[in-house]
Amino acid sequence: MILYDYILSPDCYKVRLLAALTGARITLRPVDFHPGGEHKTAPFLAMNPSGTIPIFEDDGLILTESSAILTYLAAKAGPAWLGDDTPAMRGRVAQWLAFSQRLSASIGKARVHDMLNKPADIQACRRAGTQCLREIEAALVEQRLAGHAFLAGDRPTIADIACFPHSMLAPDGGISVDPYPSIRLWTRSIRALPGFIEMPGIHRLHDLKPEPGPIPERV
Amino acid sequence: MTDTPMLNEWYPVGILTQLTKAGRDTLLMGEAINVACDSLGAPVVSAEDGRTLPVRARYGHVWTSLGSPTKELFDIPEADQPGRRLVDVGVVRVKCSPLRAVENFLDIAHFPFVHTDILGAEPHTEVQRYEVQIREEVDEVWATKVKFYQPQAAKSAAGGITTDYMYRVPAPTVSILYKTCPPRPGEWDVITLFVQPMAEDLCQVWPWMALFDDQTPMTDLIHFQQMIFLQDRSILENQLPRLLPLDPGMEIPTRADMTSVAYRRWLKRHGFTYGAQLVAA
Ligand SMILES: N[C@@H](CCC(=O)N[C@@H](CS)C(=O)NCC(=O)O)C(=O)O
Ligand SMILES: [Fe+2]
Repeated sequence: MILYDYILSPDCYKVRLLAALTGARITLRPVDFHPGGEHKTAPFLAMNPSGTIPIFEDDGLILTESSAILTYLAAKAGPAWLGDDTPAMRGRVAQWLAFSQRLSASIGKARVHDMLNKPADIQACRRAGTQCLREIEAALVEQRLAGHAFLAGDRPTIADIACFPHSMLAPDGGISVDPYPSIRLWTRSIRALPGFIEMPGIHRLHDLKPEPGPIPERV
Repeated sequence: MTDTPMLNEWYPVGILTQLTKAGRDTLLMGEAINVACDSLGAPVVSAEDGRTLPVRARYGHVWTSLGSPTKELFDIPEADQPGRRLVDVGVVRVKCSPLRAVENFLDIAHFPFVHTDILGAEPHTEVQRYEVQIREEVDEVWATKVKFYQPQAAKSAAGGITTDYMYRVPAPTVSILYKTCPPRPGEWDVITLFVQPMAEDLCQVWPWMALFDDQTPMTDLIHFQQMIFLQDRSILENQLPRLLPLDPGMEIPTRADMTSVAYRRWLKRHGFTYGAQLVAA
């Protein structure tokens, strides 16, 4: 399994994260997204005409949507991540996988605008991103009232993996996450999962680690 | 608000290999400029009022100035040393003071906490004594004999090593670090932070590297450095006060902050205050 990858891409990170959580072995092929724009070159457009990453390849199959890649990887390496095989849970997981595209199109775009200088209608992206976060917050509150800590049920699924990176990285695009306590709790639950890996802007839970060593002496 | 001494300095405003004839609009110290190239590919930088600004093409980047530079662009002799890979890491915009971006780069104590398990790791948080001076003959800030334990000092490092560092500030928004070069003992890898001040609290950072490393693919070198710098970005955007305080009494220096103290003193001496605050916070 090959992932055409960019270290700063939340959509690529989703795939790396699920691979780490399921123990799946994937081969990373770094793409010079910035500053090189390699994802817009002919060989990449041949694999993915929409000119985005991630691109995922396995056994002749090419997938170019992170939601599809998560589904495939879970089916192959960790079916529990697909959720229960009930109509309601299948529906909820699919709902959030589709929803995650709104996050890429809003928060994802605001982030590459603010960080990497890529063009975007920044106000529109921030507005749409804020609306997405409000919807996630509301859904998580509902879930908690029902006794569930995760988006699609009482255990983590690919729905959470699909929506969690952009939710944490929103400040990179000038979108505050301060107003959303449920999102904060939820992202902590995901970061506490065994096998969790980081990306810049998404840290491990430092506060659960032992105290750091002696504070440097003052002069 | 403009600052005359800083107006006469050189600033990075683009990557040489990415120039277009139409150019790209950007900001330099609050002034709109356009960074383009002519039909031969030579960089052309113009200001909003139509005046053509001085340019230099060096270290992978276009350099310009809004004023009349009294000094030539600083020298990095290693840039011309055969065998080095020159890496244009790509621009990163940061909502912070340009001086804060440089200062953070100079401070080694943040490695274990911000670049955990890469440039530093607990419990190896101690910064040992090192030397800092303002070298009067070249008018630069230098920190030498800096030593730090690093789990993964470079893309080419196989495991943890104690890395030697030197830091150098040759211009108010430029920091150059020299560090142990794992594949070539005796040489220094060169990693720079070239900072374009857009406003007093907004900058674009153009990291650039000159490394001895024949093994690692270019894209991996770029990603490694972007990963490191993006870990700094979130810290930088949350620093308070937003402008760099130049009153020496304000922040109690720890031993690790000696370079920062010298940097601030040097900025103050030259009146390099764009992005600084001179009043107590
Ligand atoms: N639908 C895609 C969206 C991926 C996406 O937006 N990727 C960004 C990088 S994080 C990208 O490649 N952007 C390039 C562009 O939009 O031109 C997915 O979720 O896989
Ligand atoms: Fe750093």
